[in-house]
Amino acid sequence: MFKRWLRNSTVATALMLAPLPAFAQDAPKQGGDIVITYKDDIATLDPAIGYDWVNWSMIKSLFSRLMDYTPGTTELVPSLAESFEVAPDGLTYTFKLRKGAKFTNGREIVADDVKYSIERAVDPKTQGPGAGFFGAIKGFDDVTGGKTTTLEGIEAPDASTVVFHLSRPDATFLHVLAVNFASVVPKEAVEAAAGDFGKKPVGSGTFILKDWTVGQSLTFERNPDYFIKDMPHIDKFTVEVGQEPLVALLRLQKGEVDIAGDGIPPAKFLEIKNSPEGAEIIVDGQQLHTGYVTLNTKVKPFDDVKVRQAVNMAINKERITRILNGRATPANQPLPPLMPGYDKAYTGYAFDVEKAKALLAEAGHPDGFETVLYSTNTDPQPRIAQAIQQDLAAVGIKAEVRALAQANVIAAGGTEGEAPMIWSGGMAWIADFPDPSNFYGPILGCSGAVQGGWNWSWYCNEDLDKRAVAADSMSDPAKAGERQAAWGKIFTDIMADAPWVPVTNERRVVAKSPRMGGAGEIYVDPTRVINYDAIYVKQ
Amino acid sequence: MVFLLLRRLVQTALILLGVAAITFLLLYALPADPARMIAGRSATAQTVANIRRELGLDQPLLVQFWSYLQGLFQGDLGRSYAQKTDVGALIAARLPATLILMAAGIAVEVVLGVFLGVLAAVRRGGFVDRAVMMASFVGVSAPQFVAALLLLYVFAVTLAWFPMSGFGTPAHVVLPALTLGVLGAGWYARMVRSAMIDVLNQDYVRTARAKGLSSARIIFRHALPNALLPIIAMIGIDIGQFMSGVVVVEAVYGWPGIGQLAWQAIQQVDIPIIMGVTLVSALAIVLGNLIADILAPLVDPRIRAR
Repeated sequence: MFKRWLRNSTVATALMLAPLPAFAQDAPKQGGDIVITYKDDIATLDPAIGYDWVNWSMIKSLFSRLMDYTPGTTELVPSLAESFEVAPDGLTYTFKLRKGAKFTNGREIVADDVKYSIERAVDPKTQGPGAGFFGAIKGFDDVTGGKTTTLEGIEAPDASTVVFHLSRPDATFLHVLAVNFASVVPKEAVEAAAGDFGKKPVGSGTFILKDWTVGQSLTFERNPDYFIKDMPHIDKFTVEVGQEPLVALLRLQKGEVDIAGDGIPPAKFLEIKNSPEGAEIIVDGQQLHTGYVTLNTKVKPFDDVKVRQAVNMAINKERITRILNGRATPANQPLPPLMPGYDKAYTGYAFDVEKAKALLAEAGHPDGFETVLYSTNTDPQPRIAQAIQQDLAAVGIKAEVRALAQANVIAAGGTEGEAPMIWSGGMAWIADFPDPSNFYGPILGCSGAVQGGWNWSWYCNEDLDKRAVAADSMSDPAKAGERQAAWGKIFTDIMADAPWVPVTNERRVVAKSPRMGGAGEIYVDPTRVINYDAIYVKQ
Repeated sequence: MVFLLLRRLVQTALILLGVAAITFLLLYALPADPARMIAGRSATAQTVANIRRELGLDQPLLVQFWSYLQGLFQGDLGRSYAQKTDVGALIAARLPATLILMAAGIAVEVVLGVFLGVLAAVRRGGFVDRAVMMASFVGVSAPQFVAALLLLYVFAVTLAWFPMSGFGTPAHVVLPALTLGVLGAGWYARMVRSAMIDVLNQDYVRTARAKGLSSARIIFRHALPNALLPIIAMIGIDIGQFMSGVVVVEAVYGWPGIGQLAWQAIQQVDIPIIMGVTLVSALAIVLGNLIADILAPLVDPRIRAR
């Protein structure tokens, strides 16, 4: 017996097109040709490989996946899937594909394409970063171990049905099918590109890549055959790369650019904010982001929980939000407020210099101690590290700030006993998908506390690890509330051990020209940053 | 001449080999791990290990270097770690922009620098001389970033004479070339001034004056050619410098040159791209000097005789 909850495509379509309350200002219009700028070049548009915040949103729009999110929200909806059902034990997922959905090369999408695409993402030969997301699918270890290239856990009984067999229940599995690595690609186009699919992508998303002048610009055109009607809204967008954010902003003010993807440089922020059209230009939105300081539990004296708690009380988070031009709010727990499971009632450690000093004295450091604080070396991160340094000095802790290139900080964090404290700015965790479990394993769980890992606190609490596994086994949607509460409790319990100082939840800022319409949530979409499918030009 | 070319060819090969070896060893001695940078945060240890193996990063350093050299001998610069595409093609795509900016920048430098240098030498000690020397001092010490933004603000934003950013039409190259040229002209002006002053004090110039030749003829026909030699050497150096990328100017004007490619590759620890750009730059520096060496005897017959 399958428990069954069918969501058919018309409901999904209605959901995706239903104006959100925030959108109510004006109805999306069809048409328009816009220019978007980024500083960095686009590395690749291959969905099995691309994993930076700039190409993430482009890949989202070039390809489609079984599942997706309602624009501007964290609400999961079927996309390329018309419906799905989950077995009661949470080990079998059956998807019916939408009829008539086509790749932009004209071929209809069949179940085998889904199987091929996920196997490709997992295959070590692809060198993709996302293989681990699919770890719950049966046969995963055989593929990553190089024994075979086909996942026994994916079946395509007929052209429009895909069945996934899992080796363990995974409550995040539907989210996993919505990440870019699960994008459906046509095998013939991958093979025709001969290793260059990242520059010659073919998908079934809202847009088609028409032209790519390496190092200069990319042109995307609306896919007229996209399977959801009236999506996307704009006809065409050109991405210009190599554009200095300051110059991009000047061009935006002159009307040459519609969206400056890198936002507003700190030095310009107040000027723009106070300009007459400032309110229309600045879009800022919450993202699934927490900035934190890791306290290395394997380095003295941070092996003492009292010291970690004291540091939590010593840092003036309000001041750091001011360095960020107020584009952040102080954080008190690892989860960001937008994330399901965030505990609104939890207050964390209040800023209290006296109490911090008392705790340090109790821990045997009445005169403080010397330590090292790592940070990346791009503005404003070193300034924030200095603010933290001053706060620490106020309680007697002398921290040397070591500002390095990002890759070197990451290397230090992943080396046992190396970095006592790291300010995560510029490398902070932004969730891959809106589920609390994504904020645990790699950065706070035992599995991340390994050589080359991302758990820079080297915090490993086996009891919490067990509770995490238990929470992720609750794949019954009826238990979603219970699961969320379980996760929320895991994160507030972590704070009792204080391996992190949660510092800020930063909002992302994008600058747009006044002619661009739509709510802030589709320019800073929590699951993809700019949602090219949903933005539109006012007429 | 043939002998010089042959000797230079051998030297070039040795220099490139040396540059390749040093860059390779330095890059792999960094604590940063390219496989981890590609794998990102959510990757499992297994994924990182797989990526490392697929890239050959698990091999001993010498084996890696040898296989890189083997590729190099076949003209293969390898594949980018992050972009998963041919490094040679990535560099080739950016080469036209780099070459155009190099040529335009050097042209501005030379024309402006020689003109000002001659002017200052002829009016030595006067107001013009002091003004030129002051300006060239400002030019050589001004940060590129400030100068680029200043020119951009005045000529592209306020006056709107030139496009703010991009590549493609002749108008696009004007501001980046001016930025490089105006700043670099200071060196040329100083060099030409001192060389000219030297030459103008020579006996043959006095003779020419005594003969009653016009000042213009004395300066441009008799004195200037003899003062140009150091300029040729400087052009040779600039070819190398501009070819290795002018990151700041490229960034401000959105110029798709080789510098931006290198800068981003360094951020991502994309070693094949860093190696490729370094080798191309090294080659350009060697070629620049070679060009200077070939041009010198053409300009100055005294060198030919030697």
